[in-house]
Amino acid sequence: MKALCWHGRNDVRIDNVPDPKILNPRDAIIKVTATAICGSDLHLYNAFIPTLMEGDILGHEFMGEVVELGSAVKNLQKGDRVVVPFTIACGNCFFCQKTMWSLCDNSNPNAGMAEKMYGFTPSGLFGFSHLLGGYAGGQAEYVRVPFADVGPYKVPEGLRDDQVLFLTDIFPTGYQAAENCNIQPGDTVAVWGCGPVGQFAIRSAYMLGAERVIAVDRYPERLQMAQQFGGAEIINYEQVDVGDTLKEMTGGRGPDSCIDAVGMEAHGFSLDNIYDKGMQMARIGTDRPHVLRQAIMSCRKGGTVSIPGVYGGLLNMLPIGAAHAKSLTFKMGQTHVHRYLPRLMDSIEMGQIDPSMIITHRVPLADAPAAYAMFKSKTDDCVKVVMTP
Amino acid sequence: MSDTLINPEKRQLAGTAEHSTRIETPKPAASGESRGTNVGNMERLLSVASGSTLALYGLSRRSVGGIALAAIGGALLHRGATGHCSVYSSLKVNTADHANSAETSGIHVEKAITIGKSPGEVYKFWHNLTNLPRFMDHLIAVTATGPKTSHWVAKGPTGKEVSWDAEIIVDEPNSRIAWRSMEGSDIENAGSVRFVQAPGGRGCEVHVTLQYYPPGGVIGATIAKLFGEEPSQQITDDLRRLKRLLETGEIPTIDGQSHG
Repeated sequence: MKALCWHGRNDVRIDNVPDPKILNPRDAIIKVTATAICGSDLHLYNAFIPTLMEGDILGHEFMGEVVELGSAVKNLQKGDRVVVPFTIACGNCFFCQKTMWSLCDNSNPNAGMAEKMYGFTPSGLFGFSHLLGGYAGGQAEYVRVPFADVGPYKVPEGLRDDQVLFLTDIFPTGYQAAENCNIQPGDTVAVWGCGPVGQFAIRSAYMLGAERVIAVDRYPERLQMAQQFGGAEIINYEQVDVGDTLKEMTGGRGPDSCIDAVGMEAHGFSLDNIYDKGMQMARIGTDRPHVLRQAIMSCRKGGTVSIPGVYGGLLNMLPIGAAHAKSLTFKMGQTHVHRYLPRLMDSIEMGQIDPSMIITHRVPLADAPAAYAMFKSKTDDCVKVVMTP
Repeated sequence: MSDTLINPEKRQLAGTAEHSTRIETPKPAASGESRGTNVGNMERLLSVASGSTLALYGLSRRSVGGIALAAIGGALLHRGATGHCSVYSSLKVNTADHANSAETSGIHVEKAITIGKSPGEVYKFWHNLTNLPRFMDHLIAVTATGPKTSHWVAKGPTGKEVSWDAEIIVDEPNSRIAWRSMEGSDIENAGSVRFVQAPGGRGCEVHVTLQYYPPGGVIGATIAKLFGEEPSQQITDDLRRLKRLLETGEIPTIDGQSHG
């Protein structure tokens, strides 16, 4: 089959690789009908996530048709059309039982490696480095899905692939980010990063009762999408000071919660950003937490900082004193996708939201390498790429 | 962790080398470390004592031979004071760990894991010793040879098989099993596993204690390698496999999956 393989920094290629096989009784093989490039795939493309190996198949946002089932999978049938959560969860362990699916104890085959780095292992992920399992991803014609009796979620008839594909990651990720804000009536939520996760965080914040959402970015097309798709007020951080503007817009109080939908590779031209870049280049620090610092400083007292953006390693110069002095609450982590699938599928089916509106580019899988380059450089107003094998 | 675990075909690990190196070899091998302690405590005392004697004697001789002796004495003093021996280092020998452990009780590992099953269920699975190779990586087979005795076959360091006989010495249903190797075994070892109800109905805490008695010195180190470079990590991995097998019915893997 054809699959998108990682060959090094800024080097992904379509390779011919063997078709996946059932390896465990609870596996299934899915014929991929649609797959997307995620913003977090760029962390891999930029080689900021360690333990990738040459030849690894990328991709964790994918859906398709069940073509083969392991002997223990009884709830699916060949021909079923499913979306597949990017977090792999066994359904049996303490964490899965508590619906903390992305913290599954049992799905990461390389748990020992993650324990050395993080103390304990989170769940395995598709196509997201060997630290998190080393599972082959879904930017391919076929993909093997472990614990297929737990993850894949059947798509109701009448919904198109592009309407439900983002249930695999970015829609639930944005939703969880908003839910983590514990939004109260009258609340103002600020969202840094108007990429796909930021867009869904904005929409979800309104779904969960926010009165105002303020979106921060620098790309005009993304800010425009935040206004039109999300209904947010906007701040272009290249034009104004974000902290001052947020303070002014909220009558001097600051946003009730702040969502960092950017993560470890924040851009910008402030002093701390240049420092981070230097630390990262010198391999002293791994992550660039410019947005996180700004969110901490901007958040109102007693507010919540919610972090759906991915961080991988160590931070420098985090204003923990400000966070402590203001009694902030921090919520973060990979998404418990399984938890949100039923309710978000319903919201799409009932027409409350059409996730396909954020798609800017549709290309065949064969064009994936060019699509990665375009998505990274954000040329051609690229916000979200969907690929078909 | 060896990279064979994640990479049976030894594909090139690309990307950020310093991260991957740090993850894959979390502890620099003590025996190969150039600056670390690789001389046991008793040896260090002896080094200091003999080193100072030699140095004083050599200096008192006021000859070429005397200077050489003094130099050797100085090296011994340094070795004793720092616990580092460059000769050992170049030979990749380390008597520090084994000297310490030999003074106590051989290789001793204690590990625990919580499994979402009742103590009775986990006890039952473990009590059938033929199940052990399903999650203990270094075991090839365990067969019952009597009501309390069994024959164990394990992978040796060079792919050679080693085997021994063991007997169950404690068997408290749903609560504890202990065993030890029979007299005359090549690898003297003993183990105990306790099955404890976890608080809040959260399953079963499995507490394992393992002990190996290597003959000592460098040979002992070789025997120890039968049980992996890091026995502690190996038991951790074994217990994790047990948990996964019992909780999910399978052990997650990527061995045999597609890649470019």
